[in-house]
Amino acid sequence: MPRTGLRLLVPVLLVLLWWTTSAGSTSPFYPPLREVLAAFGESWLFARVGSDLVPSLTRLLAGLLIATTVGIAVGTALGRNRLLRQALNPAVQFCRSLPGAALIPVSVVLFGIGDGSKILVIAFVCLFPVLLNTVDAVRGIDPQLEDVARSYRLTPAQRLAFVLLPAAAPQIFAGIRTALGIAFIMMVVTELYAATNGVGFVTLSARNSFDVPQMWAGTVLLGLLGVALSALFLALQRRVLRWHIGMTERT
Amino acid sequence: MLSVTNLRKTYGSGVQAVEAIRDLTLTVDRGEFVCVVGPSGAGKTTLLKSLCGLTKPSSGTVTLAGAPVTGPPKEIASVFQDYSRSLMPWFTVHRNVGLPLYNRYRSTADRAERVATALDAVGLSGFGDRYPWQLSGGMQQRVAIARGLAYAPEILLLDEPFASVDAQTRSDLEDLILRVRDDTGVTMLLVTHDIDEAVYLADRVVVLSARPSVVLETVEVDLPRPRDQVTTKRSPRFAELRAHVLTLIRRTALDGSASTPDHHSTTGERR
Repeated sequence: MPRTGLRLLVPVLLVLLWWTTSAGSTSPFYPPLREVLAAFGESWLFARVGSDLVPSLTRLLAGLLIATTVGIAVGTALGRNRLLRQALNPAVQFCRSLPGAALIPVSVVLFGIGDGSKILVIAFVCLFPVLLNTVDAVRGIDPQLEDVARSYRLTPAQRLAFVLLPAAAPQIFAGIRTALGIAFIMMVVTELYAATNGVGFVTLSARNSFDVPQMWAGTVLLGLLGVALSALFLALQRRVLRWHIGMTERT
Repeated sequence: MLSVTNLRKTYGSGVQAVEAIRDLTLTVDRGEFVCVVGPSGAGKTTLLKSLCGLTKPSSGTVTLAGAPVTGPPKEIASVFQDYSRSLMPWFTVHRNVGLPLYNRYRSTADRAERVATALDAVGLSGFGDRYPWQLSGGMQQRVAIARGLAYAPEILLLDEPFASVDAQTRSDLEDLILRVRDDTGVTMLLVTHDIDEAVYLADRVVVLSARPSVVLETVEVDLPRPRDQVTTKRSPRFAELRAHVLTLIRRTALDGSASTPDHHSTTGERR
């Protein structure tokens, strides 16, 4: 309980600071927090949830899911096969160096401005943290565990499911966590350019129409979303990697 | 039933080639307890890996009941040296022991029964729901032994299984292995660098030379069974056998170190 209090202390102080400094503000660009909260309630509780929040989150999760699946599959293959790794390494290095935002124009030209195009950009950018971490994890597996698996005649599928992937899981999760952060950024960025809905789109169009409180409200929502997504992911990770946490706490 | 003929194993190639085993021939009969003992680096682990089909010999043959071993045979279970790296930390004890049984017993109940019997045999009933890292080193190695037993092998291969536990646990585990062997009649091949352990456990001790390994001598251990940590190890015959094996090992270890300066002859310190 005192810990929860401590953790809430600084956020509460910051909100108070915001409230007091903005209360008498006459600047159109720094509206009173009261107005921002009113705009927040108006838009995000819950009028625009279905029309903008859900599409944003759907694209984010779809992109992340594709990146994770492809990243683990390709990463495992590359981790297991040195020739394949050497053959694909230059291409992987090139693709991962591309700034995500630079891909949007290309994606729009090729795939239009729909959800598919945005999901593709998110997935592409998120792929590399997952893929590279998976390659590294798979390569780092203790050869003795593989000897055990082979000597007890586990099938290749069993070795993958019961030995390889669990052993690689802690590092893969670290990759997905990085990817989640990138996915969140890319979710907003893809909505700033040629979009018709989404939290980023609403926030940007509020600015364009001088609805400044609405712009602030969108920004606050994005901050809250980021915190919530990160917390959800950590909860999932704690569940899946319970053994790893228990083991590392012990030593 | 398990026989090795003129086994030779070289790692690498060209000038960097390391000859781990030069020429090994040995057989293990059904129900026998054979210990292979040799100085450190004598290719003992290489020998075991060849026996269980994990490593392909450079030349020579390994046959099991007359058939050549080309991959891991289903009649052989292995207990590896380092328990902390041979158990899956993401599985409970129960699942670790049951993992190799998936392809053998389709029914979960059958598997659970075998796992329970094996855990019971090593004195770990009631620990099935723990994770390996929640157990002491000795208990973890017992889990690895239980996994081998549950597999119902005809031969159990043990690679320095007690090297990473303390002395007290070590003698407990030695007696556990002897009891398991009496109960199940499984053939045992144990590799160790500990001469006392080899003489105490074995029907026959195969003494390897330093690398590149050859068999120096096979020593029949005619100590009565059941064996006991106190009375067996106190008997004059035990001391005699131990001294004999020790002499062989020390001689080969000395030879080995005497031959090493050849590799550094440029320093001019050649003896």
